[in-house]
Amino acid sequence: MSTTTLPPAEKTQPVSAPDAKTSDRAKSERKLGWLLAGPALAVMLLVTAYPIAQAVYDSLFDFRLTDPDNRSFTGLSNYGVILSDWLWWRSLLVTGFITLVTVAVELVLGFALAMVMAKALSTIRPVLRAAILIPYAVITVVSAFAWQFAFDIQTGFVNSWFGWLPGISGDTDWFGGTWTSLLVICLAEIWKTTPFISLLLLAGLAQVPEVLQEAAKVDGASWWQRMRKVTLPNMKAAIMVALLFRTLDAFRVFDSIFIMTGGANATESVSFLAYRQTISRLEIGLGSAVSVLLFLAVVFIAMSFIKGFKVDLSQSRGEG
Amino acid sequence: MASIEMKNIVKKYGDGFPAVNDVSLDIDEGEFMILVGPSGCGKSTLLRMIVGLEDITSGDMVIGGTRVNDKAPRERNLSMVFQNYALYPHLSVFENIAFPLRLAKVEDAEVQRRVNEAADVLELHEHLERKPANLSGGQRQRVAMGRAIVRQAEAFLFDEPLSNLDAKLRGQMRTEISRLQRRLGITTVYVTHDQTEAMTLGDRVCVLRKGKIQQVASPRELYEQPVNLFVAGFIGSPPMNFLPAQLEGSRLTTPFGDIELDERRAAAVAGRDLLLVGIRPEYFEDASLVDEAKRPLGSVFTARVDVTEWLGDSQFAYIPYEAPDEIRTQLRELSKELDSEELRTQAIVSIDATSRIREGRDAEFWLDSRKVHVFDPTTGDNLTRDAEAGAELTRLAAEDRVDQVQSAEGEGISAA
Amino acid sequence: MTSKEKTWWGVAGVAIVIYALFPIAWIVSLSFKAPSALNNGNFLPGAPTWENYSLILTGGASDLFLPALRNSFGICLIATAISCLLAMFAAYAIARLDFPGKKFILGTALAVAIFPVISIVTPLFNLWRNIGLYDTWPGLIIPYLSLTLPISIWTMSAFFREIPWEMEQAAQVDGATTWQAFRKVIVPLAAPGVFTTAIIAFFIAWNDFVYGISLTSTEAARPVPAALGLFSGASQFEDPTGAISAAAVIVTIPVIVLVLLFQRRIVAGLTNGAVKG
Repeated sequence: MSTTTLPPAEKTQPVSAPDAKTSDRAKSERKLGWLLAGPALAVMLLVTAYPIAQAVYDSLFDFRLTDPDNRSFTGLSNYGVILSDWLWWRSLLVTGFITLVTVAVELVLGFALAMVMAKALSTIRPVLRAAILIPYAVITVVSAFAWQFAFDIQTGFVNSWFGWLPGISGDTDWFGGTWTSLLVICLAEIWKTTPFISLLLLAGLAQVPEVLQEAAKVDGASWWQRMRKVTLPNMKAAIMVALLFRTLDAFRVFDSIFIMTGGANATESVSFLAYRQTISRLEIGLGSAVSVLLFLAVVFIAMSFIKGFKVDLSQSRGEG
Repeated sequence: MASIEMKNIVKKYGDGFPAVNDVSLDIDEGEFMILVGPSGCGKSTLLRMIVGLEDITSGDMVIGGTRVNDKAPRERNLSMVFQNYALYPHLSVFENIAFPLRLAKVEDAEVQRRVNEAADVLELHEHLERKPANLSGGQRQRVAMGRAIVRQAEAFLFDEPLSNLDAKLRGQMRTEISRLQRRLGITTVYVTHDQTEAMTLGDRVCVLRKGKIQQVASPRELYEQPVNLFVAGFIGSPPMNFLPAQLEGSRLTTPFGDIELDERRAAAVAGRDLLLVGIRPEYFEDASLVDEAKRPLGSVFTARVDVTEWLGDSQFAYIPYEAPDEIRTQLRELSKELDSEELRTQAIVSIDATSRIREGRDAEFWLDSRKVHVFDPTTGDNLTRDAEAGAELTRLAAEDRVDQVQSAEGEGISAA
Repeated sequence: MTSKEKTWWGVAGVAIVIYALFPIAWIVSLSFKAPSALNNGNFLPGAPTWENYSLILTGGASDLFLPALRNSFGICLIATAISCLLAMFAAYAIARLDFPGKKFILGTALAVAIFPVISIVTPLFNLWRNIGLYDTWPGLIIPYLSLTLPISIWTMSAFFREIPWEMEQAAQVDGATTWQAFRKVIVPLAAPGVFTTAIIAFFIAWNDFVYGISLTSTEAARPVPAALGLFSGASQFEDPTGAISAAAVIVTIPVIVLVLLFQRRIVAGLTNGAVKG
């Protein structure tokens, strides 16, 4: 046991010190917080806010990289050009179509996958989990190639396997028309991104207490009634988050289209249009205007989800 | 092992609210001290200041004769059992217990020896290689205690260690902690909101309310000579009944009839008008079952019983009564402060299990008026507290402790 | 569950495995097809051959593929490392400290995560050309941070929030210095979260295509997906299908290995960051 005693001089403390000390501590915590989180925030702003501001600025000019000296301020006329061009509206329709179809199918399919995984015996659950992660982890470009080659009139097996179906024969050219091309693009997208949705939904399912199901069973609810009246309402947050993220993701569709059709046969999406204007045609002004419009469309979708469906991201993301 | 002295300890948070307000408390070497009070009374904050996890705003914390205000937790050589046990999830039970020793760079053989010794005491041997996540609540609790005892620390600190266990296990662990403390004879500070733990474990109990000490005394003194309404209401289960009373000479008029006060008490309360009488449930009895010899020592009254609860070995009766509004508010505030939900003005009365008193009927009760306390309804002070008798109770408890520690040490030596 | 139900869930499970693996099996099969067998319309290669692999690893296409592979690994690992480091500090602050602006940082991360990549690429394309970052590693690493940093911050703060931080205090009472408490208690508890986040961030960087094709022009910095995407258009092969398939298989191997090894963690990471009640 220690027997040292303290010199009495150190014993008294000024009474006014404590308050200053605590607020100092809060202040230093705030400072440390910003010090730690600041760099990440700065980088995020730098790589997004700055470019989008630059894009807004560029979109006000008639500016071609091939002819940089003839840069001239044209106000909103780039937007006028785009909005009066059928190309823009067509790419918007294509994007909207792909988004709607893929998200709708993925939601249903993803829910089915989640149900199976939830019910699967614990022994095979790891197998299913690993299997379902593979499409998620595979590069979009690789998935696009796999699906393209499968449907390709030369290398594909689809025509020979499904030749017995009406409308499919040895020389069905899937990439020869708009609708068939879009169908294959959608299939590839659905294959690749359903796992993400299903994992989110599985997490949502896990949050519906089993006892609620049992209570509903005792109350005489059928399987379908339990699903509709107990499970789904309790998963609403998870469903909405999955829906929001996938919708925004699908709306930016680019990779699959680039690989499969290169935008041919009127399969160009908005992202692809922006890419073609800027990177291929070096029309910085026009391309920037398309980019800004795409950005606004994404913001609009996100806003309407958050306001319209009342998706509370802070709640569902565990931020209290 | 060391004594712990607190001198005028204050803890203020950023908003200037004192969570702990001018607490002075001396804990002797080897003493088992309980800090008790309803949630938010500052008991955990005080404990965390002892161990050094919370800064001390002002005052002195002296452990073993050394002022430790500015020492880091690790320099204080204390061990603590946290409410949720704070077991390191990535370490095995063995390594969890060994953790403080590893930090102190104790050599491996010694670590082995000491962990095994602790495991013997706590019967953890077959679990040493498991991870905490695979243990039951009681086992986790024991691992946390193991981590505390390998240290040979100056003192043990417990922060509501049993609140996560079910009732049965809680009782078991309570006796285990008590036995361990006596065996090691180590200074212990134990925070709880559970008055059963406070009463059964503590050599002395420190009752806190809103950051201030109300009373520090042996459990018996707290029970028999509470210093105010708060302590009287907090200690005891079912709680003490508080009845409104009018004073006329040495006679108190209550809803349950008149109570005659002895000379000492009458003098203590003289000159007041409205009072609160505190009567413990067991001071009542079914009048028909009281010995003729005892009967004159109390008063008899008739009341209508609302509900009875028969528990086999005992029986409780609930008797509603009317009270003036100001008393009613006072009592409601008190029960809110005590975290209880007794919103009705009703007395809880303990009667013999064989009593045939029926619900919804009038019945005759006997009340032992020798032990009632009289409180000032505005300040809450106990006007009839007998300080000398109280101090005597606490002195006896201290003697008992010395005896117990000595005999436990004796056993330890003969066993070794 | 009755045994009949069990059978049905089992069948459904098998269907999931087929669903997930079928396109992969197909591309693997293609990669082993000889050029003559490419157009036979069969699923299986018949007579498997390593021809396509030798073409891209040692043959005529190796000077396109191998530098791309090196670029992909280098750029993705560096981007992952940087974003994990930055996210680690940010997530610590978010999970542990009380300061105004937490929500703003998480909100910004969310906004950046839903940002259309193509909107960033246009101005960067121009800017990078002006300041000489076009077709360089840093020229890709920096924009990759816009992909990896937001998800890293979300995922890691979700993980960090679950760390029982009071353990740090317990360790201090047990005699640990601040540094010891951090190293012996917090690091082991935080490491799985950081590791999982790193895997997810790596997947995302590895998957990038838009930046890859827009901000590079040669094998100096072009990553594999972009190289693959441009094989078909600008290559000297008559039929690049076999070579592309082989290359696709090679870039898929690392992610499949990661998935098989760490599937449980990846799922936890993906769902932790997104839906947590």
